[in-house]
Amino acid sequence: MLKLGVPSKGRLMEKTFDWFGDRGVTLRKAGSEREYAGAVDGIEGIELVLLSAGEIPRELAAGRIHLGVTGSDLVREKLANWDTRVSEIALMGFGGADLIIAVPQGWVDVDTLDDLDAAAAAFRARHGFRMRIATKYHRLVREFLQENGVADYQLVDSQGATEGVVKNETAEAIADITSTGETLRANGLKILSDGLIHASQATLFRGKRRNWTDEQRKTFKALKQLLDL
Amino acid sequence: MADLIGAEAQRLIAAFEAAGAVPVEAAILQPASTLLDLYGEDIRSRAYVTSDPLRGEMMLRPDFTLPIVQMHMESRADPARYTYAGPVFRKQEHDESRANEFTQVGFEVFDGQNSAAADADVFAAIAGVLEGLPVRPATGDLGILMAAVHGLCTSGARKAALLRHIWRPRRFRALLDRFGGRIAPPPSRVALLEMADPFADMGSDMGLRSRAEVAARIDTLREDAALAPISGEELALIDALLSIRETSPNALSALRDIALDMPAIGAAVSKMAARMDELAKRGVDVEHLDFEASFGRTTLEYYDGFVFGFYAADRPDLAPVATGGRYDALTAVLGQGRAVPAVGGVVRPDLCLSLRGVS
Repeated sequence: MLKLGVPSKGRLMEKTFDWFGDRGVTLRKAGSEREYAGAVDGIEGIELVLLSAGEIPRELAAGRIHLGVTGSDLVREKLANWDTRVSEIALMGFGGADLIIAVPQGWVDVDTLDDLDAAAAAFRARHGFRMRIATKYHRLVREFLQENGVADYQLVDSQGATEGVVKNETAEAIADITSTGETLRANGLKILSDGLIHASQATLFRGKRRNWTDEQRKTFKALKQLLDL
Repeated sequence: MADLIGAEAQRLIAAFEAAGAVPVEAAILQPASTLLDLYGEDIRSRAYVTSDPLRGEMMLRPDFTLPIVQMHMESRADPARYTYAGPVFRKQEHDESRANEFTQVGFEVFDGQNSAAADADVFAAIAGVLEGLPVRPATGDLGILMAAVHGLCTSGARKAALLRHIWRPRRFRALLDRFGGRIAPPPSRVALLEMADPFADMGSDMGLRSRAEVAARIDTLREDAALAPISGEELALIDALLSIRETSPNALSALRDIALDMPAIGAAVSKMAARMDELAKRGVDVEHLDFEASFGRTTLEYYDGFVFGFYAADRPDLAPVATGGRYDALTAVLGQGRAVPAVGGVVRPDLCLSLRGVS
Protein backbone atom coordinates (compact mmCIF):
# COMPACT_ATOMS: atom_id res chain seq x y z
CA MET A 1 0.00 0.00 0.00
CA LEU A 2 1.07 3.55 -0.72
CA LYS A 3 0.07 5.80 2.16
CA LEU A 4 -1.23 9.27 1.29
CA GLY A 5 -1.43 11.75 4.17
CA VAL A 6 -4.04 14.50 3.88
CA PRO A 7 -5.07 17.24 6.35
CA SER A 8 -7.79 15.85 8.56
CA LYS A 9 -10.14 18.81 8.71
CA GLY A 10 -11.27 22.18 7.51
CA ARG A 11 -10.90 23.95 4.19
CA LEU A 12 -7.51 22.43 3.47
CA MET A 13 -9.05 18.94 3.63
CA GLU A 14 -12.06 19.90 1.49
CA LYS A 15 -9.91 21.60 -1.14
CA THR A 16 -7.57 18.62 -1.23
CA PHE A 17 -10.52 16.26 -1.74
CA ASP A 18 -11.78 18.56 -4.54
CA TRP A 19 -8.36 18.71 -6.20
CA PHE A 20 -8.02 14.92 -6.31
CA GLY A 21 -11.73 14.55 -7.24
CA ASP A 22 -11.30 16.84 -10.26
CA ARG A 23 -8.59 14.45 -11.44
CA GLY A 24 -10.66 11.29 -11.04
CA VAL A 25 -9.40 10.18 -7.63
CA THR A 26 -12.09 10.28 -4.98
CA LEU A 27 -10.91 10.76 -1.41
CA ARG A 28 -13.43 10.55 1.40
CA LYS A 29 -13.73 10.05 5.11
CA ALA A 30 -14.83 6.54 5.95
CA GLY A 31 -17.71 6.04 8.34
CA SER A 32 -18.94 8.93 10.47
CA GLU A 33 -17.81 12.56 10.22
CA ARG A 34 -15.83 12.25 13.45
CA GLU A 35 -13.69 9.34 12.33
CA TYR A 36 -10.19 9.99 11.02
CA ALA A 37 -10.15 7.00 8.68
CA GLY A 38 -10.34 7.53 4.93
CA ALA A 39 -11.05 5.71 1.71
CA VAL A 40 -9.84 6.13 -1.87
CA ASP A 41 -11.82 5.31 -5.03
CA GLY A 42 -10.63 5.42 -8.63
CA ILE A 43 -7.23 3.82 -8.04
CA GLU A 44 -6.00 0.67 -6.31
CA GLY A 45 -3.24 0.42 -3.78
CA ILE A 46 -3.53 3.80 -2.02
CA GLU A 47 -4.42 4.15 1.64
CA LEU A 48 -5.70 7.52 2.83
CA VAL A 49 -4.34 8.69 6.19
CA LEU A 50 -5.95 11.75 7.75
CA LEU A 51 -3.50 13.76 9.85
CA SER A 52 -3.01 17.23 11.23
CA ALA A 53 -1.35 19.35 8.50
CA GLY A 54 1.46 20.17 10.95
CA GLU A 55 2.35 16.49 11.43
CA ILE A 56 2.51 15.60 7.74
CA PRO A 57 6.10 16.87 7.16
CA ARG A 58 7.47 14.77 10.02
CA GLU A 59 5.54 11.65 8.94
CA LEU A 60 6.80 12.05 5.36
CA ALA A 61 10.41 12.47 6.47
CA ALA A 62 10.13 9.42 8.73
CA GLY A 63 8.68 7.34 5.89
CA ARG A 64 5.50 6.47 7.79
CA ILE A 65 3.51 7.97 4.91
CA HIS A 66 4.74 8.00 1.31
CA LEU A 67 2.87 10.98 -0.08
CA GLY A 68 1.40 13.94 1.74
CA VAL A 69 -0.49 17.17 1.20
CA THR A 70 0.43 20.11 3.39
CA GLY A 71 1.50 23.76 3.22
CA SER A 72 4.93 24.37 1.71
CA ASP A 73 5.61 26.67 4.70
CA LEU A 74 5.12 23.80 7.17
CA VAL A 75 7.56 21.54 5.33
CA ARG A 76 10.24 24.27 5.31
CA GLU A 77 9.64 25.13 8.97
CA LYS A 78 9.53 21.61 10.37
CA LEU A 79 12.22 19.84 8.32
CA ALA A 80 15.88 20.88 8.37
CA ASN A 81 17.27 20.48 4.82
CA TRP A 82 13.71 19.85 3.67
CA ASP A 83 14.63 19.41 0.01
CA THR A 84 16.90 16.46 0.76
CA ARG A 85 14.12 14.67 2.65
CA VAL A 86 10.99 15.29 0.59
CA SER A 87 10.32 16.45 -2.96
CA GLU A 88 7.51 18.54 -4.41
CA ILE A 89 5.24 16.59 -6.76
CA ALA A 90 2.59 19.23 -7.46
CA LEU A 91 1.82 22.77 -6.39
CA MET A 92 -1.92 22.53 -5.86
CA GLY A 93 -2.92 26.16 -6.33
CA PHE A 94 -4.89 26.68 -3.12
CA GLY A 95 -4.21 27.39 0.54
CA GLY A 96 -2.07 30.32 -0.54
CA ALA A 97 -0.62 32.45 2.23
CA ASP A 98 2.48 34.57 2.67
CA LEU A 99 4.83 34.38 5.63
CA ILE A 100 5.74 38.01 6.17
CA ILE A 101 7.23 40.40 8.71
CA ALA A 102 4.92 43.12 9.97
CA VAL A 103 5.51 46.12 12.22
CA PRO A 104 3.20 48.78 13.73
CA GLN A 105 1.85 51.29 11.19
CA GLY A 106 3.12 54.04 13.48
CA TRP A 107 6.70 53.02 12.65
CA VAL A 108 6.75 55.37 9.67
CA ASP A 109 10.55 55.08 9.59
CA VAL A 110 10.50 51.33 8.99
CA ASP A 111 9.71 50.00 5.52
CA THR A 112 12.60 47.63 4.72
CA LEU A 113 14.70 45.00 6.51
CA ASP A 114 17.48 47.58 6.58
CA ASP A 115 15.18 49.90 8.55
CA LEU A 116 14.15 47.05 10.84
CA ASP A 117 17.80 46.30 11.60
CA ALA A 118 18.59 49.94 12.39
CA ALA A 119 15.46 50.28 14.52
CA ALA A 120 16.43 47.09 16.38
CA ALA A 121 19.86 48.52 17.21
CA ALA A 122 18.33 51.72 18.61
CA PHE A 123 15.64 49.76 20.45
CA ARG A 124 18.19 47.56 22.19
CA ALA A 125 20.27 50.58 23.22
CA ARG A 126 17.18 52.35 24.58
CA HIS A 127 15.34 49.43 26.27
CA GLY A 128 18.21 47.14 27.24
CA PHE A 129 16.89 44.05 25.48
CA ARG A 130 16.64 42.82 21.92
CA MET A 131 13.60 43.75 19.85
CA ARG A 132 11.05 40.93 20.11
CA ILE A 133 9.51 39.39 16.99
CA ALA A 134 6.58 37.06 17.73
CA THR A 135 6.16 34.02 15.49
CA LYS A 136 5.53 30.31 15.32
CA TYR A 137 7.84 29.92 12.30
CA HIS A 138 11.13 30.02 14.18
CA ARG A 139 13.39 28.29 11.67
CA LEU A 140 12.13 30.14 8.58
CA VAL A 141 12.22 33.55 10.25
CA ARG A 142 15.64 33.05 11.85
CA GLU A 143 17.22 31.83 8.62
CA PHE A 144 15.66 34.69 6.67
CA LEU A 145 16.87 37.37 9.09
CA GLN A 146 20.31 35.75 9.37
CA GLU A 147 20.66 35.67 5.59
CA ASN A 148 19.65 39.31 5.38
CA GLY A 149 22.01 40.39 8.15
CA VAL A 150 19.42 41.64 10.63
CA ALA A 151 20.79 41.72 14.18
CA ASP A 152 19.68 42.67 17.70
CA TYR A 153 16.32 40.91 17.56
CA GLN A 154 14.94 37.93 19.46
CA LEU A 155 12.15 35.57 18.50
CA VAL A 156 9.35 34.98 20.97
CA ASP A 157 6.95 32.12 20.50
CA SER A 158 3.36 32.87 19.58
CA GLN A 159 1.10 30.00 18.58
CA GLY A 160 -2.01 32.04 17.87
CA ALA A 161 -3.58 35.52 17.76
CA THR A 162 -0.10 36.76 16.85
CA GLU A 163 -1.49 40.02 15.43
CA GLY A 164 -2.42 41.11 18.95
CA VAL A 165 0.98 40.83 20.61
CA VAL A 166 2.22 44.32 19.76
CA LYS A 167 -0.79 45.98 21.33
CA ASN A 168 -0.28 43.78 24.38
CA GLU A 169 3.39 44.79 24.47
CA THR A 170 4.68 41.22 24.50
CA ALA A 171 6.51 41.82 21.20
CA GLU A 172 7.45 44.75 18.97
CA ALA A 173 6.94 43.09 15.58
CA ILE A 174 5.55 39.83 14.18
CA ALA A 175 6.31 37.25 11.52
CA ASP A 176 3.12 35.48 10.53
CA ILE A 177 1.07 33.97 7.73
CA THR A 178 -1.39 36.23 5.94
CA SER A 179 -3.45 35.89 2.78
CA THR A 180 -5.01 39.33 2.36
CA GLY A 181 -3.34 41.39 5.07
CA GLU A 182 -6.78 42.36 6.39
CA THR A 183 -6.27 41.13 9.96
CA LEU A 184 -2.86 42.80 10.08
CA ARG A 185 -4.27 46.17 9.05
CA ALA A 186 -7.16 45.86 11.48
CA ASN A 187 -4.57 45.37 14.22
CA GLY A 188 -2.57 48.44 13.28
CA LEU A 189 0.25 46.56 11.52
CA LYS A 190 1.88 46.90 8.09
CA ILE A 191 4.02 44.52 6.03
CA LEU A 192 7.68 45.32 5.30
CA SER A 193 8.18 45.88 1.57
CA ASP A 194 11.01 43.33 1.39
CA GLY A 195 9.73 41.18 4.26
CA LEU A 196 8.25 38.27 2.29
CA ILE A 197 9.85 35.17 3.81
CA HIS A 198 7.94 32.52 1.89
CA ALA A 199 4.89 32.41 -0.40
CA SER A 200 3.18 29.23 0.73
CA GLN A 201 0.55 27.04 -0.92
CA ALA A 202 -0.85 23.55 -0.50
CA THR A 203 1.61 21.12 -2.09
CA LEU A 204 1.69 17.39 -2.77
CA PHE A 205 4.98 16.02 -1.44
CA ARG A 206 6.73 12.69 -1.79
CA GLY A 207 9.03 11.37 0.93
CA LYS A 208 12.55 10.64 -0.34
CA ARG A 209 12.76 7.21 1.19
CA ARG A 210 14.51 4.76 -1.06
CA ASN A 211 12.97 1.59 0.39
CA TRP A 212 9.70 1.68 -1.55
CA THR A 213 8.53 -1.69 -2.89
CA ASP A 214 7.98 -2.23 -6.62
CA GLU A 215 4.27 -2.40 -5.95
CA GLN A 216 4.38 1.04 -4.29
CA ARG A 217 6.41 2.45 -7.17
CA LYS A 218 3.85 1.10 -9.67
CA THR A 219 0.98 2.61 -7.73
CA PHE A 220 2.80 5.96 -7.60
CA LYS A 221 3.36 5.86 -11.36
CA ALA A 222 -0.32 5.09 -11.97
CA LEU A 223 -1.35 7.91 -9.65
CA LYS A 224 0.92 10.38 -11.44
CA GLN A 225 -0.67 9.41 -14.75
CA LEU A 226 -4.17 9.84 -13.36
CA LEU A 227 -3.25 13.21 -11.90
CA ASP A 228 -1.60 14.17 -15.17
CA LEU A 229 1.74 14.99 -13.51
CA MET B 1 37.71 5.64 20.66
CA ALA B 2 36.54 7.68 23.65
CA ASP B 3 39.65 6.48 25.54
CA LEU B 4 41.91 7.54 22.69
CA ILE B 5 40.30 10.99 22.50
CA GLY B 6 40.62 11.29 26.28
CA ALA B 7 44.31 10.42 26.09
CA GLU B 8 44.87 12.91 23.27
CA ALA B 9 43.04 15.58 25.30
CA GLN B 10 45.36 14.85 28.23
CA ARG B 11 48.39 15.28 25.96
CA LEU B 12 47.06 18.69 24.83
CA ILE B 13 46.25 19.82 28.37
CA ALA B 14 49.75 18.84 29.50
CA ALA B 15 51.24 20.93 26.68
CA PHE B 16 49.15 23.96 27.64
CA GLU B 17 50.04 23.49 31.31
CA ALA B 18 53.68 23.53 30.27
CA ALA B 19 52.89 26.92 28.65
CA GLY B 20 51.76 28.20 32.06
CA ALA B 21 48.04 27.37 32.07
CA VAL B 22 46.03 26.29 35.10
CA PRO B 23 43.43 23.55 34.41
CA VAL B 24 39.84 24.67 35.04
CA GLU B 25 36.36 23.22 34.56
CA ALA B 26 32.98 24.58 33.54
CA ALA B 27 29.38 23.41 33.78
CA ILE B 28 27.85 21.79 30.71
CA LEU B 29 24.48 23.48 31.30
CA GLN B 30 24.70 27.24 30.90
CA PRO B 31 21.90 29.79 31.38
CA ALA B 32 20.49 30.48 27.90
CA SER B 33 19.71 34.12 28.62
CA THR B 34 23.37 35.20 28.86
CA LEU B 35 24.31 33.39 25.65
CA LEU B 36 21.26 34.73 23.83
CA ASP B 37 21.93 38.25 24.99
CA LEU B 38 25.53 38.02 23.76
CA TYR B 39 25.06 36.24 20.46
CA GLY B 40 21.42 36.78 19.57
CA GLU B 41 19.09 34.35 17.86
CA ASP B 42 21.88 32.90 15.69
CA ILE B 43 23.06 30.91 18.72
CA ARG B 44 19.73 29.04 18.75
CA SER B 45 20.54 27.48 15.41
CA ARG B 46 23.90 26.31 16.80
CA ALA B 47 23.24 25.37 20.44
CA TYR B 48 20.85 22.89 22.04
CA VAL B 49 18.31 24.64 24.20
CA THR B 50 16.60 22.82 27.01
CA SER B 51 14.44 24.03 29.84
CA ASP B 52 14.57 23.72 33.58
CA PRO B 53 11.33 24.18 35.52
CA LEU B 54 13.01 26.54 38.01
CA ARG B 55 15.97 28.04 36.16
CA GLY B 56 14.23 28.58 32.83
CA GLU B 57 15.93 28.04 29.49
CA MET B 58 19.37 26.43 29.62
CA MET B 59 21.85 25.63 26.87
CA LEU B 60 24.28 22.77 26.47
CA ARG B 61 27.53 24.73 26.22
CA PRO B 62 28.42 25.39 22.56
CA ASP B 63 31.94 26.32 23.70
CA PHE B 64 33.83 27.17 26.90
CA THR B 65 34.50 30.84 26.22
CA LEU B 66 31.58 32.30 28.12
CA PRO B 67 31.96 30.32 31.37
CA ILE B 68 35.75 30.76 31.36
CA VAL B 69 35.49 34.52 30.88
CA GLN B 70 32.85 34.76 33.63
CA MET B 71 35.01 32.71 35.99
CA HIS B 72 38.03 34.85 35.24
CA MET B 73 36.19 38.15 35.67
CA GLU B 74 34.98 37.01 39.10
CA SER B 75 38.41 35.78 40.20
CA ARG B 76 40.08 39.12 39.38
CA ALA B 77 43.43 37.37 39.07
CA ASP B 78 45.51 39.10 36.38
CA PRO B 79 47.34 37.96 34.41
CA ALA B 80 46.08 34.40 34.16
CA ARG B 81 46.24 31.41 31.81
CA TYR B 82 43.76 28.56 31.72
CA THR B 83 43.36 25.24 30.01
CA TYR B 84 40.32 22.96 29.93
CA ALA B 85 38.94 19.94 28.14
CA GLY B 86 35.48 18.56 27.75
CA PRO B 87 32.56 17.96 25.43
CA VAL B 88 30.77 20.79 23.65
CA PHE B 89 27.49 20.48 21.77
CA ARG B 90 26.52 21.93 18.40
CA LYS B 91 23.26 21.52 16.60
CA GLN B 92 23.89 20.60 12.96
CA GLU B 93 20.96 21.85 10.94
CA HIS B 94 22.47 21.44 7.50
CA ASP B 95 25.27 18.90 7.51
CA GLU B 96 24.61 15.56 9.17
CA SER B 97 28.24 14.49 8.72
CA ARG B 98 29.41 17.14 11.21
CA ALA B 99 29.61 15.97 14.82
CA ASN B 100 27.05 17.42 17.23
CA GLU B 101 29.09 16.49 20.29
CA PHE B 102 32.87 16.64 20.39
CA THR B 103 35.73 17.34 22.77
CA GLN B 104 37.43 20.71 22.82
CA VAL B 105 40.73 21.40 24.54
CA GLY B 106 41.37 25.08 25.10
CA PHE B 107 44.08 27.51 26.08
CA GLU B 108 43.10 31.05 27.16
CA VAL B 109 45.38 33.92 28.14
CA PHE B 110 44.12 36.97 30.06
CA ASP B 111 46.96 39.45 29.94
CA GLY B 112 46.94 43.17 29.20
CA GLN B 113 50.71 43.67 29.41
CA ASN B 114 51.78 42.73 25.92
CA SER B 115 49.02 41.67 23.59
CA ALA B 116 51.36 40.84 20.68
CA ALA B 117 53.25 38.41 22.92
CA ALA B 118 50.01 36.91 24.28
CA ASP B 119 48.67 36.41 20.72
CA ALA B 120 51.92 34.73 19.74
CA ASP B 121 51.96 32.54 22.87
CA VAL B 122 48.51 31.15 22.09
CA PHE B 123 49.20 30.62 18.40
CA ALA B 124 52.60 29.04 19.03
CA ALA B 125 51.26 26.74 21.75
CA ILE B 126 48.54 25.47 19.43
CA ALA B 127 50.90 25.21 16.44
CA GLY B 128 53.18 23.25 18.77
CA VAL B 129 50.61 20.62 19.70
CA LEU B 130 49.65 20.20 16.03
CA GLU B 131 53.24 19.75 14.88
CA GLY B 132 53.66 16.93 12.38
CA LEU B 133 49.98 16.93 11.40
CA PRO B 134 49.03 17.84 7.80
CA VAL B 135 47.37 21.15 8.72
CA ARG B 136 47.58 24.61 7.17
CA PRO B 137 47.23 27.68 9.39
CA ALA B 138 45.34 30.80 8.31
CA THR B 139 45.36 34.09 10.19
CA GLY B 140 43.63 37.44 10.11
CA ASP B 141 43.10 40.52 12.26
CA LEU B 142 39.65 42.02 12.69
CA GLY B 143 41.22 44.92 14.60
CA ILE B 144 42.61 46.30 11.34
CA LEU B 145 39.21 46.42 9.63
CA MET B 146 37.69 47.97 12.76
CA ALA B 147 40.41 50.61 12.85
CA ALA B 148 39.77 51.38 9.17
CA VAL B 149 36.06 51.92 9.89
CA HIS B 150 36.88 54.12 12.90
CA GLY B 151 39.11 56.21 10.66
CA LEU B 152 36.56 56.92 7.90
CA CYS B 153 35.80 60.62 7.32
CA THR B 154 32.11 60.28 8.10
CA SER B 155 29.61 60.50 10.95
CA GLY B 156 29.78 58.54 14.19
CA ALA B 157 26.36 57.06 13.42
CA ARG B 158 27.60 55.61 10.11
CA LYS B 159 30.73 54.20 11.73
CA ALA B 160 28.67 52.62 14.51
CA ALA B 161 26.34 51.03 11.94
CA LEU B 162 29.31 49.57 10.03
CA LEU B 163 31.07 48.35 13.18
CA ARG B 164 27.91 46.61 14.28
CA HIS B 165 27.99 44.54 11.09
CA ILE B 166 31.69 43.65 10.89
CA TRP B 167 30.60 40.01 11.38
CA ARG B 168 27.86 40.14 8.73
CA PRO B 169 29.78 40.76 5.51
CA ARG B 170 26.69 41.11 3.33
CA ARG B 171 25.01 43.74 5.43
CA PHE B 172 28.37 45.50 5.94
CA ARG B 173 28.81 45.71 2.16
CA ALA B 174 25.25 46.98 1.63
CA LEU B 175 25.74 49.71 4.24
CA LEU B 176 29.10 50.72 2.79
CA ASP B 177 27.60 50.93 -0.71
CA ARG B 178 24.79 53.15 0.52
CA PHE B 179 26.98 55.40 2.69
CA GLY B 180 29.30 55.67 -0.31
CA GLY B 181 26.47 56.68 -2.64
CA ARG B 182 27.03 53.60 -4.79
CA ILE B 183 23.38 52.61 -4.37
CA ALA B 184 20.42 54.96 -3.99
CA PRO B 185 18.41 55.04 -0.76
CA PRO B 186 15.14 53.06 -0.94
CA PRO B 187 12.24 55.12 -2.40
CA SER B 188 10.24 54.75 0.82
CA ARG B 189 13.00 56.58 2.71
CA VAL B 190 13.19 59.39 0.18
CA ALA B 191 9.40 59.79 0.41
CA LEU B 192 9.50 59.76 4.21
CA LEU B 193 12.08 62.51 4.40
CA GLU B 194 10.07 64.70 2.02
CA MET B 195 6.95 64.56 4.20
CA ALA B 196 6.11 67.67 6.19
CA ASP B 197 4.46 65.62 8.94
CA PRO B 198 5.39 61.93 8.79
CA PHE B 199 2.89 61.17 11.55
CA ALA B 200 -0.18 62.66 9.83
CA ASP B 201 -3.14 60.20 9.89
CA MET B 202 -1.15 57.85 12.09
CA GLY B 203 -3.63 57.53 14.95
CA SER B 204 -2.44 56.48 18.36
CA ASP B 205 0.83 54.94 19.41
CA MET B 206 1.08 51.19 19.84
CA GLY B 207 3.65 48.98 21.51
CA LEU B 208 6.86 49.65 23.41
CA ARG B 209 8.72 51.51 20.67
CA SER B 210 7.38 55.02 21.26
CA ARG B 211 6.67 57.79 18.79
CA ALA B 212 9.63 59.67 20.24
CA GLU B 213 11.90 56.79 19.25
CA VAL B 214 10.48 56.81 15.73
CA ALA B 215 10.97 60.58 15.52
CA ALA B 216 14.56 60.21 16.77
CA ARG B 217 15.32 57.74 14.00
CA ILE B 218 13.80 60.07 11.39
CA ASP B 219 16.16 62.77 12.69
CA THR B 220 19.06 60.35 12.29
CA LEU B 221 17.94 59.57 8.72
CA ARG B 222 17.69 63.32 7.96
CA GLU B 223 21.20 63.92 9.27
CA ASP B 224 22.45 60.98 7.24
CA ALA B 225 20.76 62.20 4.05
CA ALA B 226 22.44 65.59 4.49
CA LEU B 227 25.91 64.03 4.84
CA ALA B 228 28.39 63.78 2.01
CA PRO B 229 28.93 60.22 0.82
CA ILE B 230 32.03 58.36 1.98
CA SER B 231 34.59 59.18 -0.69
CA GLY B 232 35.48 56.86 -3.54
CA GLU B 233 39.10 56.89 -2.34
CA GLU B 234 38.10 55.64 1.10
CA LEU B 235 35.81 52.96 -0.35
CA ALA B 236 38.64 51.80 -2.61
CA LEU B 237 40.98 51.60 0.41
CA ILE B 238 38.48 49.46 2.33
CA ASP B 239 38.06 47.21 -0.72
CA ALA B 240 41.84 46.91 -1.09
CA LEU B 241 42.15 46.09 2.60
CA LEU B 242 39.41 43.42 2.50
CA SER B 243 40.90 41.73 -0.54
CA ILE B 244 44.32 41.14 1.04
CA ARG B 245 45.14 37.45 0.99
CA GLU B 246 48.89 36.91 1.09
CA THR B 247 51.74 35.56 3.14
CA SER B 248 52.08 37.62 6.31
CA PRO B 249 55.12 39.69 5.18
CA ASN B 250 53.42 40.55 1.85
CA ALA B 251 50.15 41.33 3.62
CA LEU B 252 52.01 43.58 6.07
CA SER B 253 53.62 45.41 3.18
CA ALA B 254 50.25 45.87 1.44
CA LEU B 255 48.72 47.14 4.68
CA ARG B 256 51.56 49.64 5.15
CA ASP B 257 50.81 50.96 1.66
CA ILE B 258 47.16 51.39 2.62
CA ALA B 259 48.14 53.01 5.94
CA LEU B 260 49.87 55.83 4.05
CA ASP B 261 46.46 56.96 2.80
CA MET B 262 44.55 55.70 5.83
CA PRO B 263 46.66 56.63 8.87
CA ALA B 264 43.90 55.39 11.21
CA ILE B 265 45.00 51.77 10.69
CA GLY B 266 48.64 52.58 11.51
CA ALA B 267 48.50 51.46 15.15
CA ALA B 268 46.67 48.24 14.27
CA VAL B 269 49.20 47.48 11.51
CA SER B 270 52.08 48.10 13.94
CA LYS B 271 50.46 45.61 16.33
CA MET B 272 50.40 43.07 13.53
CA ALA B 273 54.09 43.69 12.86
CA ALA B 274 54.89 43.29 16.56
CA ARG B 275 52.90 40.06 16.62
CA MET B 276 54.81 38.72 13.62
CA ASP B 277 58.09 39.43 15.45
CA GLU B 278 56.82 37.62 18.53
CA LEU B 279 55.64 34.68 16.40
CA ALA B 280 59.05 34.45 14.71
CA LYS B 281 60.76 34.46 18.12
CA ARG B 282 58.67 31.40 19.01
CA GLY B 283 59.77 29.53 15.94
CA VAL B 284 56.66 30.09 13.79
CA ASP B 285 57.40 30.22 10.06
CA VAL B 286 56.02 33.74 9.60
CA GLU B 287 57.47 34.05 6.08
CA HIS B 288 54.93 31.50 4.83
CA LEU B 289 52.09 32.16 7.27
CA ASP B 290 48.86 33.01 5.40
CA PHE B 291 47.06 36.23 6.27
CA GLU B 292 43.54 37.08 5.06
CA ALA B 293 42.11 40.45 6.03
CA SER B 294 38.55 39.06 5.89
CA PHE B 295 39.34 35.98 7.96
CA GLY B 296 37.05 35.46 10.96
CA ARG B 297 34.20 37.65 9.79
CA THR B 298 31.65 34.86 9.68
CA THR B 299 32.19 33.52 13.18
CA LEU B 300 29.99 34.30 16.15
CA GLU B 301 30.60 37.93 16.89
CA TYR B 302 33.18 38.08 19.59
CA TYR B 303 36.60 38.07 18.00
CA ASP B 304 37.87 41.62 17.57
CA GLY B 305 41.60 41.31 16.90
CA PHE B 306 43.97 38.51 15.91
CA VAL B 307 42.10 35.45 14.56
CA PHE B 308 43.41 32.10 13.36
CA GLY B 309 42.43 28.62 12.29
CA PHE B 310 44.24 25.39 11.42
CA TYR B 311 42.74 23.40 8.56
CA ALA B 312 43.39 19.84 7.42
CA ALA B 313 45.37 20.35 4.20
CA ASP B 314 43.77 17.58 2.12
CA ARG B 315 40.48 17.25 3.92
CA PRO B 316 38.24 20.22 3.04
CA ASP B 317 35.31 18.20 4.42
CA LEU B 318 36.69 18.37 7.97
CA ALA B 319 35.83 21.12 10.42
CA PRO B 320 38.87 23.22 11.44
CA VAL B 321 41.23 21.27 13.70
CA ALA B 322 41.88 24.38 15.82
CA THR B 323 40.53 27.93 15.93
CA GLY B 324 41.02 30.95 18.11
CA GLY B 325 41.43 34.66 18.44
CA ARG B 326 41.37 37.77 20.56
CA TYR B 327 38.13 38.80 22.29
CA ASP B 328 38.81 41.95 24.30
CA ALA B 329 35.31 43.36 23.77
CA LEU B 330 33.63 40.24 25.16
CA THR B 331 35.42 40.63 28.49
CA ALA B 332 34.19 44.24 28.62
CA VAL B 333 30.59 43.15 28.03
CA LEU B 334 30.77 40.43 30.70
CA GLY B 335 33.04 42.27 33.10
CA GLN B 336 30.51 44.85 34.33
CA GLY B 337 32.74 47.80 33.63
CA ARG B 338 36.01 45.92 33.86
CA ALA B 339 37.76 44.69 30.72
CA VAL B 340 40.75 42.40 30.43
CA PRO B 341 42.46 41.83 27.10
CA ALA B 342 42.05 38.15 26.30
CA VAL B 343 43.09 35.72 23.61
CA GLY B 344 42.57 32.00 23.30
CA GLY B 345 42.05 29.02 21.10
CA VAL B 346 40.64 25.50 21.02
CA VAL B 347 41.84 22.23 19.53
CA ARG B 348 39.77 19.19 18.58
CA PRO B 349 41.57 16.04 19.76
CA ASP B 350 39.22 13.80 17.72
CA LEU B 351 40.32 15.47 14.48
CA CYS B 352 44.00 15.31 15.51
CA LEU B 353 43.58 11.55 15.86
CA SER B 354 41.81 11.11 12.54
CA LEU B 355 44.55 13.09 10.78
CA ARG B 356 47.05 10.69 12.29
CA GLY B 357 45.06 7.84 10.82
CA VAL B 358 43.68 6.63 14.16
CA SER B 359 40.03 5.67 13.96
